[in-house]
Amino acid sequence: MAEEREFWRWPESRWTNPELDWKQGRYVTCGIDVGSVSAQGVILVDGELYCYGNMRIGSVSRDSAMNVFNKTIEGTGLTLDDVHFTVGTGYGRVNVPFSNRAITEIACHGRGANWMYGPGVKTVLDMGGQDCKAIKIDDKGKVAAFMMNDKCAAGTGRAMEVFADLVSLPIEDVGDTSLRVEEEPPPVSSTCVVFAKTEASGRLRAGWSREKVLASYCSAMAHRVVSLLERVTVERELAITGGIAKNRGVVKRISYELGFDVLEPMWYNKAYADRGFPFDTQIAGAVGAALFGKALVEKGASK
Amino acid sequence: MMISAGIDSGAKNVKAVIIKDGAVIGKSIVPTGIDAKEACGKAYDQALSVAGLTRAEVEKILATGVGKKLCDFAQGEVTEVSADAQGVRFMMPQVRTVVDVGAEEGRAVRINEQGNVVDFAINDKCAAGTGIFIETIARALETKVEDMAALSEQATKEIIMNAQCAVFAESELVSLIHSEVARADIVRAVLAAIADRTISMMRRVGIEKEVALIGGVALNKGFIKAIERELNITIAVPTDPQFIGAIGAAVAAA
Repeated sequence: MAEEREFWRWPESRWTNPELDWKQGRYVTCGIDVGSVSAQGVILVDGELYCYGNMRIGSVSRDSAMNVFNKTIEGTGLTLDDVHFTVGTGYGRVNVPFSNRAITEIACHGRGANWMYGPGVKTVLDMGGQDCKAIKIDDKGKVAAFMMNDKCAAGTGRAMEVFADLVSLPIEDVGDTSLRVEEEPPPVSSTCVVFAKTEASGRLRAGWSREKVLASYCSAMAHRVVSLLERVTVERELAITGGIAKNRGVVKRISYELGFDVLEPMWYNKAYADRGFPFDTQIAGAVGAALFGKALVEKGASK
Repeated sequence: MMISAGIDSGAKNVKAVIIKDGAVIGKSIVPTGIDAKEACGKAYDQALSVAGLTRAEVEKILATGVGKKLCDFAQGEVTEVSADAQGVRFMMPQVRTVVDVGAEEGRAVRINEQGNVVDFAINDKCAAGTGIFIETIARALETKVEDMAALSEQATKEIIMNAQCAVFAESELVSLIHSEVARADIVRAVLAAIADRTISMMRRVGIEKEVALIGGVALNKGFIKAIERELNITIAVPTDPQFIGAIGAAVAAA
């Protein structure tokens, strides 16, 4: 079989905070978020970000949690025994055998978004691999309301993967490519990814550029997502978490439809921002999970 | 001696039918491709050729289907719902519920004794429950659509598919294949899932016997069997089910 570039393969990542020594900390807590398409792990030391890992998973299995944990702690010298409390979340949270508690991804994303983006966030839009959630939170990150779509691919990472594949472009370039149009083309007429793909194929064959086709799809996706948001009533500030938050083409169009700018993906924590710590929107769930872990272990919750 | 024609400009194929004095004398099917206007002309000319006629000899042409406005030589339009009703009445007057499952749209239409449309439901928003989904699945399973029926008969286990979306179903399928579930069992589950989608659309208009299935997907015997199994009734499928819409348009033009 010929070597084919797999355009949906977004780059995996990990990072360790160069300024922290986990051995000096009191509580090491871990959050593991196992989704349907990707998994993330986050380690906090006394509530400070120590390290994280972000990887794709083929399909959820019992190994997914351990694999992402190993990726997260790579090179740090940490082992599972050094972790005081682990919280599992995400679609595969029941499959995190070493977790001490499982907490819903809605709660974890709310908490995580609040920590990463700041207490001004009242609405969180999480665009994951196979679902899309609109969450209302208070200034402590506690969930007040939510709406979820997990039945339809429109507005999810899978939809973007289909399009990246269609135009043969690495998925991480889709957003920026879609913005290189002189004027916004009309959005694809169908919300359904399957129909949108057929429509887009026809347009490509009729001579539309990749930029234009991607622009019309990002526009349709932004529209679909805004309909979901309106069902929980959007209140500023709005923060986006999950993989598609990295797609500037969709994010900009969401801001445009809402009539205000969604929050820039950057650390609310000034020290982190100043030091240039990476801000990975996909770790929000795992961050929230690790924060819950810290709260629980401080309250004396037993392992 | 009334000669009329019907053109059904569909998402995937254009169908053309010529009727003379109440009998079909020519028909043709051509892929729509990216130029529906051209495909309509081609299908029409091919049907005329089969009927041994020229364009001038046809008294009236009506178009239907998602691309009906692109058929520039038609003298008017018929809605797809109306075309389905008139077409199935022409072929099988005892039918009271007709379900048209095409490449990208599904319709359920209830008609009364006089052949008038009583109620209808359309699914044009979601690919699950349309032909494009079946083709995607066939590709994922590396099997031909025509072979799906036979394969589904070999199923020994019942699996429930969780996904309601065609895109998610494809991913679910890939996991099932990797878990080494038998292809026959997967095909059976997929056909049942699509049948489910179609049945809920049918329930929205009420299921009144006799029930007929038309459109390209009606050629899939496995799909028909799945619906019959679930509803516990016999479904009538006219010969050349994909042409019923075009026949309906031709009947309306007569």
